[in-house]
Amino acid sequence: MADKKIKIIVAKPGLDGHDRGAKLLSRIFAEAGMEVVYTGLRQTPEMIVEAALQEDADVIGLSSLSGVHNHFFPKVMELLKEKKLDDVLVVGGGIIPLEDIPGLKEVGISEIFGPGTPTPTIVDYITNNVRS
Amino acid sequence: MTIDYAGEVLQGSSKAVARVISWLENENELARSCMESLYPHTGRAYIVGITGSPGTGKSTLTDKLTRHIREKGLTVGIIAVDPSSPFTGGAILGDRIRMSEIAQDPGVFIRSMATRGFLGGLTQSTGKVVNVLDAAGKDVIIIETVGVGQDEVEIMRIADTTCLVLAPGLGDAIQSMKAGLMEIADVYVINKSDRQGADQLFVEVSHRVNQDDQIKGKSRDRSWTPWIVQTTAVDDVGVTDVLDAVLSHQNHLKQGGTFMEKRRERTQQQTLQMIHYEIFSLLRKYLSESGKMEQLVDAIMKHEQDPYSVVQQVLSEWIRVPEGKGRVVLQTKK
Repeated sequence: MADKKIKIIVAKPGLDGHDRGAKLLSRIFAEAGMEVVYTGLRQTPEMIVEAALQEDADVIGLSSLSGVHNHFFPKVMELLKEKKLDDVLVVGGGIIPLEDIPGLKEVGISEIFGPGTPTPTIVDYITNNVRS
Repeated sequence: MTIDYAGEVLQGSSKAVARVISWLENENELARSCMESLYPHTGRAYIVGITGSPGTGKSTLTDKLTRHIREKGLTVGIIAVDPSSPFTGGAILGDRIRMSEIAQDPGVFIRSMATRGFLGGLTQSTGKVVNVLDAAGKDVIIIETVGVGQDEVEIMRIADTTCLVLAPGLGDAIQSMKAGLMEIADVYVINKSDRQGADQLFVEVSHRVNQDDQIKGKSRDRSWTPWIVQTTAVDDVGVTDVLDAVLSHQNHLKQGGTFMEKRRERTQQQTLQMIHYEIFSLLRKYLSESGKMEQLVDAIMKHEQDPYSVVQQVLSEWIRVPEGKGRVVLQTKK
């Protein structure tokens, strides 16, 4: 059997035009040996979940800098459950106030990485928590 | 309860299709029995290859072409290949960016794949993934290759119709006369035709096609004269002409009887490739796990042995060696 690669979808939900961070992280994930599907800007939760389904993704990384996380992140989780993609690891990042994090974790976002997080921390987290 | 993946694929379940493709990519043992069940249901889809240099607009063309195929009521499976890093094995798969709208259409299934070191513009498993999408009932399967240069011609062995996407500014007239990639097109698509140099490129490609007609070489079927279509895919200009060209080529293959001939050739190629790969994988596994590979490489490095006789020596463990010093020959099981 060939080496299994971690497949990760990097997505920016909603009206958010800032993807410097998402692009940089995509490169970092690829450098870590992952296969990264970058979906581009302005994705709906439906688009993100459909991409995860068709790509058989192990991980979804959501990025938001426009304050829409409380609306879009839970919606992504809801659709994942609907499609029975329960074992997909979902992580988030961007500009997310600390007080919003518990609520996001409650709906199933596994971890939130704020500005200044050392990138190896994110890579390690994914590698250690992804489905086998 | 175990899930009947083959059954689910035949029902058209995207989730099952996605999982079986992953098994193929990862060479998971589970794939084989599934593929055995699926194979009888293949052979119906029409396979279109989209190839060309990086940045010529393959993904955008694939997106627009898919929309027009969908208007005809046909379903579409897309395999979009991007390169893996030779250093880390990682990959950025960016073709979905151009296709995120059509991905929402239940009649479309898109899978991004990384080459994982396979050369020729495709992945090791592309042929098998085509079979999965075919069995899942997709009418048309579009394979978008890695952005390629001059010699990545694998796609023509899988596709029924190969479209080569060109854009102005990539070379002079001599480029269009060369062998390799320029030879394999059934349809030439001159994309970004609103840009400077597009007309010149059109003339150069026309000359090539004209020369090909006059040469009538034995290298390939010359009864088909490739179409040259000018497009600006991003604005959906000329894309229906590409579809017309593909349909016309399909008609040509089916009318002229070359369709089955082509598929027969492909079946032979793929079967041989699978046998080759299986034997190679078994040998590689044995040699590396037994530590024998290390020993052999050490011996070769020290010039105690040469790689030529090592090959014969390795093979002779399973294959009969005739008396004397001849090449090894295949010994059939009694």
